[in-house]
Amino acid sequence: MLVGHQPKEFLLAVSGLTVSFDGFKAVNDLSFYVEENEIRVIIGPNGAGKTTVLDLICGKTKATSGSIQFRGKELTKMKENEIVQTGVGRKFQTPSVFEDLTVFENLEISFPRGRTVFGSLTFQRDQPVKDRVEEVAEMIFLKDKLNTYADELSHGQKQWLEIGMLLIQDPDLLMLDEPVAGMSVSERAKTAELLNRIIKNRSVLVIEHDMKFVEDIAHKVTVLHQGQILSEGTMEKVKNDPKVIEVYLGH
Amino acid sequence: MIINSRFFNRSELMGFIVLAAVLFVILPLTLDVFRLNLVAKYLTYAFVALGLVLCWGYGGILSLGQGVFFGLGGYCMAMFLKLEASSVENTKIQSTPGIPDFMDWNQITSLPLFWQPFHSLTFTILAIILVPGLFALIIGTAMFKRRVGGTYFAIITQAVAAILTILIVGQQGYTGGINGMTDLRTLKGWDIRPDHAKIILYFVEVVLLFACIGIAQFIRLTKLGRILVAMREQEDRVRFSGYSVANFKIFAFCMAAVFAAIGGAMFALNVGFMSPSFVGIVPSIEMVIYTAVGGRMSIFGAIWGAILVNFAKTSLSESFPQLWLFGLGALFIAVVLAFPNGLSGLWADYVQPRIDRLFASRKSKSGWNDNSVADGAPAE
Repeated sequence: MLVGHQPKEFLLAVSGLTVSFDGFKAVNDLSFYVEENEIRVIIGPNGAGKTTVLDLICGKTKATSGSIQFRGKELTKMKENEIVQTGVGRKFQTPSVFEDLTVFENLEISFPRGRTVFGSLTFQRDQPVKDRVEEVAEMIFLKDKLNTYADELSHGQKQWLEIGMLLIQDPDLLMLDEPVAGMSVSERAKTAELLNRIIKNRSVLVIEHDMKFVEDIAHKVTVLHQGQILSEGTMEKVKNDPKVIEVYLGH
Repeated sequence: MIINSRFFNRSELMGFIVLAAVLFVILPLTLDVFRLNLVAKYLTYAFVALGLVLCWGYGGILSLGQGVFFGLGGYCMAMFLKLEASSVENTKIQSTPGIPDFMDWNQITSLPLFWQPFHSLTFTILAIILVPGLFALIIGTAMFKRRVGGTYFAIITQAVAAILTILIVGQQGYTGGINGMTDLRTLKGWDIRPDHAKIILYFVEVVLLFACIGIAQFIRLTKLGRILVAMREQEDRVRFSGYSVANFKIFAFCMAAVFAAIGGAMFALNVGFMSPSFVGIVPSIEMVIYTAVGGRMSIFGAIWGAILVNFAKTSLSESFPQLWLFGLGALFIAVVLAFPNGLSGLWADYVQPRIDRLFASRKSKSGWNDNSVADGAPAE
């Protein structure tokens, strides 16, 4: 810590985070900080622990040690649904939408109201809900598919639907795991456009392999390797880091 | 009817009307009291099947222990009826008059403490709902909060069914043991055994069944119903949409338990006895089979499943008693392999489209204008 340097208010502060699966440390003493309205991309070779980091932040995996502070609240002690309610949203690598429900119903479930058993029994599909669902459906290019069952959507449309479900949650920190993986070129361009629109006024943590896409959106890049940070900084700095070239970009 | 047409879509409304016509009019007019009483017995399982639609069909929680809740409801009712049948006057030949006969046979000399409140009908009715409800809440909380689900949960519910049967059989002095509670006579002085009482009890049961159908349909149509479906498919996505998945599972499991308990209580009233043979593993699995045969995604389908399988059971076991269990097993295998959505699935796939076509061609010549897929159960 620099003397005289005022500690900044971080949105997300991960410090000393370690998780070990039967002795194998998937994430090892990891520390990084995400500021308000920052777009951070995590890259790294397969098995570097990228997805595990997101799992740890959203509570899917419990940390062995270390701390994750979100707006000063300790996330490692909270349940998944409580973490969501504090303002952390997570998109999974494979699109996970509810295929037996319509696009409208998928989006409606993510609307942040009536999340208890009693609340969901008395939930009314009123005008604000309808308006918000339609607004988001338009953003994710699915406005004319509101009454379509989600199992009839294409892979790319499912990815958009899941992004839309996160948008309705309106999280302060949005975590996306490979949002453009498996998409066609035109879907990829549309997704980049969509992401550029939705990342305003919130912080975003993205895992992505597509370097072109990373260059387009990243403010700062963190390179993970074997559960630890190999390099961190602007895309320019990371790209020219010899260690990064050796383990990741060189291939 | 405006409310109804919103509450049920067209095919559900038809299912509602057909079931109401059959149960309220056709069966009472065509069957003798003995057969009608048999239908009343079948319908007690329809309550269980209704609960399983919510819990298993919608929520994806397979419980192989619904007999536990059926039994708890049944025993609560039977305890009240047994106490009334064991008045001092009726039991004066016993060494301790005023207690149920099986207690006297087992050298128990005073009414156990937990039997005392069952003198009150109000308490009994509350107990029929609350005892199984709370028991389900405890099991549900213990399991779902620890993320025990799927096959493990099913096996544990089986174990609970086995434990409860063993407990009932073992504690003969308190429960009537393997024979159960027999010789139930009156409800608040009203004799439940003669024919006219059987007919009244039948109608009471059908009204209760329709009330439960209303509750189940209401739940299905709220956001909670959609969350159950969502949870069955993508539990994690529901969790990461900010819901406590465990609480929703507990709710579905408790509702199923309460429905089963109402069925059990009606069983004690209509059949006139309650025994551990309706609590254990085999009856619990049979209840799941009724639901599967009728269609676990369909409220009306599951009720028909309970009625038809039980009807087949009675007719087959009257003529070929040894064959019935094989028949039931074969039926279950056939359902799982060939038509996973049961009778209601077959109906939705083969019969409903024809009816829709008939309606459509009558209304206009344009044919496939209305979307019949969106009307029925979700396609799977």
